Amino acid sequence: MLTFLSQTNSSKQNTSASFKKVLSIGLCAIALSACNDDNDDDTMVITPPPAPAEYSYTVMVTNLTYAQPLSPIAVVLHGDNKMWTTGEAASVALENLAEGGDNSDFIADSNVLASSSGDGVLLPSMTSTITITTTDRLATNLTIATMLVNTNDAFSGLTGVDISSMAIDEQKSWNLNVYDAGTELNSESVGTIPGPADGGTGFDITRDDVNFVAYHSGVVSQDDGLSSSVLTQAHRFDNPAIKLTITRTE
Amino acid sequence: MKIINQSLSALALTLASSTLLAQELSITLTNLTQGLHFTPIITAAHTNESNMFMVGNAATAELQAMAEGGDISGLASVLMNSDANISENPASGLLAPGMSTSYTLSTDTTNSYLSLAAMILPSNDGFVGASNWMIPETAGTYTVYLNAYDAGTEANNEIINGGGAPGVLGIPAAPSGGSGTGGTGITDTEANTLIHIHRGTIGDDNTDGGKSDLNNSIHRWLNPVAKLTITIQ
Repeated sequence: MLTFLSQTNSSKQNTSASFKKVLSIGLCAIALSACNDDNDDDTMVITPPPAPAEYSYTVMVTNLTYAQPLSPIAVVLHGDNKMWTTGEAASVALENLAEGGDNSDFIADSNVLASSSGDGVLLPSMTSTITITTTDRLATNLTIATMLVNTNDAFSGLTGVDISSMAIDEQKSWNLNVYDAGTELNSESVGTIPGPADGGTGFDITRDDVNFVAYHSGVVSQDDGLSSSVLTQAHRFDNPAIKLTITRTE
Repeated sequence: MKIINQSLSALALTLASSTLLAQELSITLTNLTQGLHFTPIITAAHTNESNMFMVGNAATAELQAMAEGGDISGLASVLMNSDANISENPASGLLAPGMSTSYTLSTDTTNSYLSLAAMILPSNDGFVGASNWMIPETAGTYTVYLNAYDAGTEANNEIINGGGAPGVLGIPAAPSGGSGTGGTGITDTEANTLIHIHRGTIGDDNTDGGKSDLNNSIHRWLNPVAKLTITIQ
């Protein structure tokens, strides 16, 4: 969000600066010789630069699970890179999102060119609509990510999808599977799950799992053979967990 | 001069058509799981008739050997006898959880379908598979997500006893660890003897007893279990 706001501000500043220049040239023309002291370069800049093209997208996310609220959804635009890769260790920012549902570091990543976040927790069967806008031509790729909060470190999303060829009003849809960040053991035990099923700890810097991202094998729960689990049959999930639809609006 | 020109253009035509007809595939298989290994992978381009496996059909003896013990030699010889183009064991052994293997496959004109299989460890007769994926004629990169199948040839008792030979009940090994011993067995029957989507592993949280030798926090999975990326030049 911050990145996007600062971009908007800087482009506004450019526009108003150019406008002032044009205005001062106009005043010179009226006052004629009164502007002799003015910088000669100004007379060369007559036409303001064209307004940068704006890319706006509406992202609709539906929570397809039975009882897995989703943490505030991170929606970011960036260049040609992935924010996680199967088989590779998660970034600490992703670990924060996947273990604790906190997307603030994730959307502040240095690769991110524009970002937006869902307002709050997205409950099962609910749909959230998030808009994201940029004028940056390099913001070609989309990433979204959100935690399934009644888990140790499960998240869903997609990363590094090129949307730069989308036409205005064009729509794309995906059913998204669930990843395991690999940063926290799936103990499902009391005190380790931040969601309402437990109210336990979210992010913990310690990595006591396989330390690579891959697909999640699902939660086991106390009702299906993990006696130390705080989760019940209600918290089990299957793929897909999210329906995502993106529409380019501008 | 005329004759030379003619034969040259004939040669050019031959070269052009052979380039058009055969395809060069660059393939990457990614194991999407965190706790399962894939045994040696076999990939084949073949005709519509000479498939590797079909859901709803009984497994061939060669598919059974792959699914129960990871042995792809039988499948390889059957496919080679039907003039398929095959790739064997690109990962040089097990493809570990989260890992990828990349390889190429040159296909003959008539072999326009792609199939793949590899046993899932630990499982009794589970395998990751692709069956009769039609190879597109248009150049590009295609992604296919693969599910876990059950060969239907062995009861899913979930007991690790080294049993990998066809018809021998049991699981050969659990390379990712976390397994137990002394399980009494989940089941001793396999009522559906046709190839079907695997119903998944049960496992338990008891490392020296219980019903299963598998770990319910490590050895379960949700589909898909693999991602196949095919680039056609």
